[in-house]
Amino acid sequence: MEKQYETVIGLEVHVELATKTKIFCGCSTAFGGEPNTHTCPVCTGMPGSLPVLNKRVLEYAVAVGLATNCEITQYCKFDRKNYFYPDNPQNYQISQLYLPICRNGKVEIETENGKKLVGIHEIHMEEDAGKLIHDEWDDCSLVDYNRSGVPLIEIVSEPDMRSAQEVIAYLEKLRMTIQYLGASDCKLQEGSMRADVNLSVREAGEERFGTRTEMKNLNSFKAIARAIEGERERQIDLLEAGQKVIQETRRWDDAKGESYAMRSKEDAQDYRYFPDPDLVPVVLDQAFLDEVRAKQPEFREDKMARYRREFDLPDYDIDIITASKRMADLFEATVALGAQPKKVSNWLMVETLRLLKEKEMDPEDIRFSPEHLAKLISLADSKAVNSSVAKEVFEEMFESDIDPEKYVEEKGLKTVNDESALRRAVEKVIADNPQSVTDYRGGKEKAIGFLVGQTMKAMKGKADPGMVNQLLKELL
Amino acid sequence: MSILDKTAAELGAAIKNGEVTVMQAVEASLSRIEESESLYNCYVTVDREGALAKAREIQKKIDQGILTGPLAGVPAAIKDNLCTRGLLTTCSSRILGNFVPAYSAQAVLNLERAGAVILGKTNMDEFAMGSTTETSAFGETKNPWNPGHVPGGSSGGSAAAVAAGECFYALGSDTGGSIRQPASFCGVVGMKPTYGTVSRYGLIAYGSSLDQIGPLCKDVRDCATIMEILASHDPKDSTSIKRDDTDFTGALVEDVKGLRIGIPGDYFGEGLDLEVKEAVLGAAKVLEERGALVEEFDLSLVEYAIPAYYTIAAAEASSNLERFDGIKYGYRTESYRGLHNMYKKSRSEGFGPEVKRRIMLGSFVLSSGYYDAYYLKALRVKALIKKAFDNAFAKYDMILGPVAPTTAPRLGESLSDPIKMYLGDIYTISVNLAGLPGLSVPCGIDSRGLPIGLQLIGDCFQEKKLIRAAYTYEKARGKFAGSMEHAGGRASGGKAGSDAGKEA
Repeated sequence: MEKQYETVIGLEVHVELATKTKIFCGCSTAFGGEPNTHTCPVCTGMPGSLPVLNKRVLEYAVAVGLATNCEITQYCKFDRKNYFYPDNPQNYQISQLYLPICRNGKVEIETENGKKLVGIHEIHMEEDAGKLIHDEWDDCSLVDYNRSGVPLIEIVSEPDMRSAQEVIAYLEKLRMTIQYLGASDCKLQEGSMRADVNLSVREAGEERFGTRTEMKNLNSFKAIARAIEGERERQIDLLEAGQKVIQETRRWDDAKGESYAMRSKEDAQDYRYFPDPDLVPVVLDQAFLDEVRAKQPEFREDKMARYRREFDLPDYDIDIITASKRMADLFEATVALGAQPKKVSNWLMVETLRLLKEKEMDPEDIRFSPEHLAKLISLADSKAVNSSVAKEVFEEMFESDIDPEKYVEEKGLKTVNDESALRRAVEKVIADNPQSVTDYRGGKEKAIGFLVGQTMKAMKGKADPGMVNQLLKELL
Repeated sequence: MSILDKTAAELGAAIKNGEVTVMQAVEASLSRIEESESLYNCYVTVDREGALAKAREIQKKIDQGILTGPLAGVPAAIKDNLCTRGLLTTCSSRILGNFVPAYSAQAVLNLERAGAVILGKTNMDEFAMGSTTETSAFGETKNPWNPGHVPGGSSGGSAAAVAAGECFYALGSDTGGSIRQPASFCGVVGMKPTYGTVSRYGLIAYGSSLDQIGPLCKDVRDCATIMEILASHDPKDSTSIKRDDTDFTGALVEDVKGLRIGIPGDYFGEGLDLEVKEAVLGAAKVLEERGALVEEFDLSLVEYAIPAYYTIAAAEASSNLERFDGIKYGYRTESYRGLHNMYKKSRSEGFGPEVKRRIMLGSFVLSSGYYDAYYLKALRVKALIKKAFDNAFAKYDMILGPVAPTTAPRLGESLSDPIKMYLGDIYTISVNLAGLPGLSVPCGIDSRGLPIGLQLIGDCFQEKKLIRAAYTYEKARGKFAGSMEHAGGRASGGKAGSDAGKEA
């Protein structure tokens, strides 16, 4: 009989925190500056420079720890992880080993197989490294230290996951929680959330863990799922062939759908961790913890429950809107301005999602304000604009957050409600299209559609189609 | 009195009342440097043009009443491990032989704000690792009292420059005695403040948890005056402390009545030179005669300070010096194959033997499997030493003892036996391990004509007690036998000149 294998997975997730400045200096964390423009003596490791901890990093790390049910280490320290690499200007990374800020947490995930708890071993704070760029032309490498010193937290899970599905659910849960906290935008593609997968397999029923490998370079949920499948199969094949799994770090090539070994345990460096003498121990008093706790937002589960109570919305809408904190905030703010919840939901779920998808944007990138969305809804409600004009205005609003009232005014897009003007236009259309008139009178109901279209065209779209329809029927 | 005979405070006052111009002071210093630098090699870099330009600028500000501080216009020297914007900063190492910082250390900025004219950067043991200034990549500095002897270290260039009249005062750094010991060997005053009193921002780190910047100067008044300028809370240094008791010149009072002084018996045992012992106990007697209560006691743990210190300092140094890799600044080897070869060759060629020894030692004690046995154990010893001092300060206002077991050794004598050199730090390093302030003041001259230093150690933040006692002692002692006359005499003296000539 064929052997049954169980996959055991633990995750190391790096999350870039959404602070304005770096973890140990005042340089900007903004993405995409010219190389080495967001730098100073501290984040380029100049001699004599010293790190000073950014308090916001601490607040975010504690906030994530509290949201994932961790114990907060009230006396924590930073340690130096020593290794030589050009992207690491001091040749040590300031991280935490001995006393990480959070420990022993857990989060609940839900898959088809039901609910489950995933343990969090620890969360620690550390600095990001710079970026190496290889210049093929000159055959040399260049370093950009703009990213050097950008704050990260590393969330290390327990080996509690058993499938790709659970891994994705766990990552989704983390992402949602951290986004709700505003601690990070958690974009896998842009690298503000990075996950390394530790995976081993063992025969079903076996107590001991198998030898694990660590998989790096996973840039999307899909890549993670594929890498897990691939690595599981690779390890099972090895075991079936009577070979051993080697403890090593592997790099996933998503295009090829396979991984290759980067370094084995034998090459593992001795990082010579020790407490960084340039930084004093961080002592967190109860007042600070209470303050951070008080600022914790309403998380998704609570929000969904409240939406069900307060707004008359289908579960489907609630699920989609609350999937993004930005979306939910926009929804609530627009409703607070007096717009009808279902109408707001429709704009968000249909037009907004369509445009986000089309432009490959995330909800975090939405530019229009709730005030403008509320105005647009009220314009449409009062039939001041018809629905196709409303969509056109919305696109403009999505693009550059224009004020819909002003825009409609300036562009003259208001529906013409002047019946005599409309009557004149309809009369002209009837006179100009005798064939259609004959068809309609002959019983071809559809012909009226053409006449409505001609009238709308003559009105440059600014007529209420219902009114046009009614007038046509009357005059015919 | 010639300009060079003045103390920094005296010169500052003379500049203030128009007796001396800043330009005259700077020119006097520069010409002294010109005539005696070939003998002593106190400086790695002399910034002649910069100093002359600064002299004009400062004089103007003094005339306009913008600069009114006590040391405005007084020429000073800076140890070459303190970053100075636009001025070569080498740590006396080949690996930083071409390094020009884009920023100045906070301590340097504080001096500049007070109107200091920086003459140049003083020689030191490479990366402050050494006790003789002989590990410098740019030649050893010689003791102005006798150029056949070392000036001490690692701030040997600063101490010698003050002793030789090549500056009015200098900044040094003290990780295990690097200010106090060369001050003692060169017959000048030196102080290591309480850890955290002077910002370390811009000080190229050796042992971060032990390093403190402090003055080397001609007398205790200068010491207090410079300390007032140096001490500041710096948000750029996480270990910097906010203090509101830094009015050090207020402690320049001749009064030690009732001051309880403890003399640790452990500091007067085997290995201590007899002449040093007599001079130090003589100084204690002077203070006792003026009303201090002097008593012997056992400090304990003294013998553990050296291994603990060399473990902790080397561990931190091994990490602090990783950034010198030939990539971003400093020395890079000429030819290499690939990244690792470049690291290896740049660092092998760029660092001297004492630095390599300490990097290896530090890497070893931090490596996996040895961390607990060495590094953590050293930290525990450090904590116990602090406790021993706490116990002592429950009974005494200060501790009095020698700075070093001997006076300045002969050139070349120490390098052949590093362990012996390490043992020479026995009276100074526990002060760094405990983060305490320590002051060195000249208290005698041995039969070879070399100065002897007295060390006063205080509890954290008790610099003022040390200043008061040292000031009282200094007044009682009288002018230190020929501090300036000596240097001046030797600068033109035949024997010293020919000795140095051979070296050059």
